[in-house]
Amino acid sequence: MLNEIEVDVAVIGGGPAGLAAAISAKENGAEKVLLIERGSRLGGILNQCIHDGFGLVLFNKSLTGPEYAEIFIEKLLELKIDYMLNSMVLELTPSKKLYVANKNGYHLIKAKAVVLAMGCRERTRGAIKIAGSRPSGVYTAGLAQNFINLQNLMIGRTAVILGSGDVGLIMARRLTLEGVKIQAVVEIMPFPYGLRRNVVQCLEDYNIPLYLSHTVTEILGRDRVEAVKIAKVDENLKPIPGTEKIIPCDTVLLSVGLIPENELSRQAGVEIDPRTQGPVVNSMLQTSVKGIFACGNVLHVNDLVDYVTVEARKAGLWAAKYALNQLPEPDRKEITITLGENVRSAVPQKIIPGLDTSLFFRVYKPGKNKTLNIIVDGNKIIQKHCPSVTPSEMLKADLKGEYTLNAEKIHVEVCE
Amino acid sequence: MNKKLVCILCPQGCPISVDYTENELGTVNVISVEGAKCARGEFWAREEVENPVRTVTSSIRVVNGDLPLLSVRTDKPIPKKRIFDVMNIIKNLQVNAPVKRGEIIVENILDLGANLIATRTVKRVNGEE
Repeated sequence: MLNEIEVDVAVIGGGPAGLAAAISAKENGAEKVLLIERGSRLGGILNQCIHDGFGLVLFNKSLTGPEYAEIFIEKLLELKIDYMLNSMVLELTPSKKLYVANKNGYHLIKAKAVVLAMGCRERTRGAIKIAGSRPSGVYTAGLAQNFINLQNLMIGRTAVILGSGDVGLIMARRLTLEGVKIQAVVEIMPFPYGLRRNVVQCLEDYNIPLYLSHTVTEILGRDRVEAVKIAKVDENLKPIPGTEKIIPCDTVLLSVGLIPENELSRQAGVEIDPRTQGPVVNSMLQTSVKGIFACGNVLHVNDLVDYVTVEARKAGLWAAKYALNQLPEPDRKEITITLGENVRSAVPQKIIPGLDTSLFFRVYKPGKNKTLNIIVDGNKIIQKHCPSVTPSEMLKADLKGEYTLNAEKIHVEVCE
Repeated sequence: MNKKLVCILCPQGCPISVDYTENELGTVNVISVEGAKCARGEFWAREEVENPVRTVTSSIRVVNGDLPLLSVRTDKPIPKKRIFDVMNIIKNLQVNAPVKRGEIIVENILDLGANLIATRTVKRVNGEE
């Protein structure tokens, strides 16, 4: 039997984005808020991130992932917000109907507004096409983190980590502390991809070698990983013949990027930005489908959970307003931001004229002493000096509504 | 002696050069810090050479919990060179559920002036052991 539930705001995903969005929707007047989580507990990936460094921006404290999550879980319980665990949204329609399966059966949830907060998933070996046999012992870094920090399972004795993203760096330290020998961290780019703090405290502290401009060209071993072959790459990131080197190991961890998880968004007809691989949203974080909002890593992969929380609060606020029919009807068309020199992506992609908007950008290439310019109808409204830019760190800017009220064009560039 | 550091405090990432002496007891004395564009960076570099400290995070076994592991951390940073000593203590710890976030698991661990605290709540589930 199909159980029907009607709600004001349905939030899909119980990680940091979903928690903050649900809390904010409730606090901003939505009476019936329902959070739907696929896993068996709230908190999402924060549960397995037992290292510290979360909350520095929002709480001025260096919390661990579980601590950060529990603050929001407690708030959710205090506000008596309904949530479903072990519940999978199988379908989302443009008219905001959610079909959900769990052990109690099949549910139809009719929502006035929906917040997408499904997060992201890791790129796998298949996505980067490493040659070689198919032995056991190849994990994505986040999966290894789940095994070690939540399930008390050990993954190997000697490991090579491909990719220097933050999860890879964190796992290098975590495994070292648990007695695993990290032979190398291998990064295809000429610069490390994670935060510098993590390069220092996770690699340098433990004398773990970092091979920049190198990649894994082959995984060796039949039943179990026995070694990897690495090689130096040229400026086109192609392996240079003759530079190969074999590193023995029984485990390979991949930290090679995250992909926003947008199957449900696509199903609902939400327009996706090929650069962020997340929905195209406006200043209210509303997607191309009216009443469907997005926040957190499903929208764009974030550097810091603090930013996710801030963004999710906004999504929750606007979703509540939409559900209550209080969303102001814009009197002018949205303005799509055009991307100039060294700007790979912008979120939100569309500005609602007259509305204050917090913007996040990513660059293509690293550089020193650059300027972020936001140009409205030919006038440089924001000129922000950036001592250092890198693709792994988002740039932020707040664009005041007064500058966009009568604007036609908004352009962004990062240049000298 | 000299140590080259890249500051981790802000995206600017100043290259910092620290001159120091070290006596036979391992006591380090900083003579000069150069390259930091701010006072915080200079202070960080001095500390990083004289007495580098880190927060240790890990997990311990928990009995009758709704999870097999309890995540823990030191509530203050401890000297970097004692990280593995602390890990050796952590390795052999075991607690019974329930545990509340913030609960002290080991007071003043190894006399380092930091407590080892629980960083999550683990509920008790019925079970025998």
